[in-house]
Amino acid sequence: MQKKEVVAMLLAGGQGSRLGILTKKLAKPAVPFGGKYRIIDFTLSNCANSGIDTVGVLTQYQPLTLNSYIGIGNPWDLDRHSGGVSVLPPYVKEHGGEWYKGTANAVYQNLDYISRYDPEYVLILSGDHIYKMDYSKMIDFHRRKGAKVTIAVIPVPWEETHRFGVMEVDDDNKIVEFQEKPKIAKSNLASMGVYVFNWKDLKKYLEADEADSKSSNDFGKNVIPAVLNDGEPIYAFPFEGYWKDVGTVDSLWEANMDLLKAEPDLKLNDSRWKIFSLNHSLPPQFVGPGSDVQGSLLADGSLVLGKVHHSVVFTGASVAEGAEVIDSILMPGVKVGKNAIVRKAIVAENTVIQEGAQIGVPARPGEKVEIINEAGITVIEDNVTVPAGMRIVQGTVLSVAEWPKFPEERIS
Amino acid sequence: MRNLFGVIDLADSTEGLGELTSHRALGAVPIGGRYRLIDFTLSNMVNAGIRNVGILLMDRFGPLLDHIKDGKEWDLDRQRDGMFLLVPPSEGETGYTTPGNIPNLQHNRMYLKKSRQDYALVCGSNVVANIDLKKAYQFHLEKKADVTLIYNRTCTLDENPPYTSVATDENGRVVDIALNPQQCTSCKILLNMYILSKDLLLNLVDHCNSRQKRDLFADGIMPRLNDLKIYGYEHEGYVGVVNSLRTYYKHSMELLEPKVWQELFFAHGQINTKVKHEAPVRYLEGSKVTNSLIATGCTIQGTVENSILFRGVHVGPGVVIKDSILMQKAELGAGVVLQNVILDKDVTISAGKKLTGDPSFPLVIEKLAKL
Repeated sequence: MQKKEVVAMLLAGGQGSRLGILTKKLAKPAVPFGGKYRIIDFTLSNCANSGIDTVGVLTQYQPLTLNSYIGIGNPWDLDRHSGGVSVLPPYVKEHGGEWYKGTANAVYQNLDYISRYDPEYVLILSGDHIYKMDYSKMIDFHRRKGAKVTIAVIPVPWEETHRFGVMEVDDDNKIVEFQEKPKIAKSNLASMGVYVFNWKDLKKYLEADEADSKSSNDFGKNVIPAVLNDGEPIYAFPFEGYWKDVGTVDSLWEANMDLLKAEPDLKLNDSRWKIFSLNHSLPPQFVGPGSDVQGSLLADGSLVLGKVHHSVVFTGASVAEGAEVIDSILMPGVKVGKNAIVRKAIVAENTVIQEGAQIGVPARPGEKVEIINEAGITVIEDNVTVPAGMRIVQGTVLSVAEWPKFPEERIS
Repeated sequence: MRNLFGVIDLADSTEGLGELTSHRALGAVPIGGRYRLIDFTLSNMVNAGIRNVGILLMDRFGPLLDHIKDGKEWDLDRQRDGMFLLVPPSEGETGYTTPGNIPNLQHNRMYLKKSRQDYALVCGSNVVANIDLKKAYQFHLEKKADVTLIYNRTCTLDENPPYTSVATDENGRVVDIALNPQQCTSCKILLNMYILSKDLLLNLVDHCNSRQKRDLFADGIMPRLNDLKIYGYEHEGYVGVVNSLRTYYKHSMELLEPKVWQELFFAHGQINTKVKHEAPVRYLEGSKVTNSLIATGCTIQGTVENSILFRGVHVGPGVVIKDSILMQKAELGAGVVLQNVILDKDVTISAGKKLTGDPSFPLVIEKLAKL
């Protein structure tokens, strides 16, 4: 096997349980994002744009959509004779097998894969963040500093530090202290979950971590603190730019809405840093007579005859005459029927909203509803039909099972 | 369909398309926001299960090669069969200077001979349609025909020269073929698309070649109307034959009819094209877009009506585009107004310019022009 300088290991096995119904049938990295992409496109495109051509994608939870999406990696130029993309699910070994127990264990179980390329560096990535980053700069930084490990960091608001692993650094960006989800943070530099390891060190630490029965086999919780405890040099690579963890319904909705700003922080149409994705051969979008599209993002194959304001309309989605879509996300293949209303909602793939249905409308005076999403975002699951005239109050339902009784009570 | 291979002849006449074909073959003319004319024929073939396609190149094929590359977008990058780019003989080698497909077919005789399939579908590259070629092939087998010509009924003949019309009897057998008749009663117009056996194809090519004839259809098939069993198969559906600037504009604008859009792009499988990885279209506040086709990579702040925008066009505030076709990467200054205009690729128009063509004669601005 040809030696590679860098092998990337992309952790894509997470369920993303905080996305609720959106990840019932697919892994978080496969969730549609930004009109025509899936979340994992951003990390894979970063690899392509950074010149990294050997990527192992670690899958575990609901991998079907993800596997078929990645295929042989052609959209990201990862269809290579040497290297390329390899999907790595857990497997059975001579003495039995086990599921990936944690992020570190997932990579540990695939040490053989990395050995094949005998790299200098291993880049650990996660497939659930939206950002554009040149990993080659981070690897240069790692090399220049003579670090054992380099962690990409980004400043976050102080009040949010409790959600992240935060680093205290010295003037040279060397990490002095690492706090995992601290109550009282000493720094607001959060780990982005992007690590560069020297291959030899990574192997050593993962083997030690595996031998430790008390470890939860997690990079942030176990491996990084172990390296730090040994007094080895770990550096923080400061990242500037847009970075968003889209692990919750609120953040997924927000990150999509961020793209609609007049000057978005994350530019999708940057010819120097394209976001590659699996493209379906669909015709250009058709915006019909009498339609009204403002402040929105529309993808190929979509058809708009009604009103679309401040929304993201994915590939092959359609909005019929008289329908109104505001502050919403229509995932691939969603059909919004005539005169239907969709407000501040995420409608998952291929769902049909029939004529006159109302999604995300305010509760009527005295109406008793169970609010599930505090931000008032309504989520409709994939491949279902919302019957004509049905009314779904904002922030209430998540799955069909929880839908209001129909049609006796709620028909408007 | 494993027993049918395709031959696309790029020698369609480009007379009448002016600047749009000054540097590209007809099949490479951009259409419909993200396609090139040949995409329809190629995709129809692939959607019908054809896995072996030979493309007879003629002059100005650079842009076409850049577009189709190794045929991957049509799943034609195969170990067995796949896409074959058939290079024409260099001038002088044959003594032919007039265009015609016989020298080219003769020159690539080995490809035809070595193709493993027994039947060939021969066609041009300028038909905009979503045709179920499987049905045409079945028809050919059922009728035990020697040649099956695919036609479409149209009653607006005068708008479509040059054309070839046919008359058929009640069984579908072709009883008359006419090239550019002044009057045509049948309304059956050939789509320059026909099925015949490989053996017959090789015979006809040899026959024409050895008698210094140059056109397979006019010199090989037409004179044998009486001794070959020639049948006509009707494709009932939308068809646009692009053979002039006027028909290019007309059929482009017809894509704005939702019925045509639906049929063309979704009826019998998808129309594939080269992928460019452009971002979704951004509609900023104040954009007014109606009845238009917009390709990815565009950003819109101005007004767009009854128009087709190709990939990566930026319509700034105050810009007004009506009844126009803007190809890839058009750059428009503030306040530009366009009506009945076709901008070829990479055209730059400076601020405040107003360009107006006529619906029957759109104004064409050539590739890379700066106004």
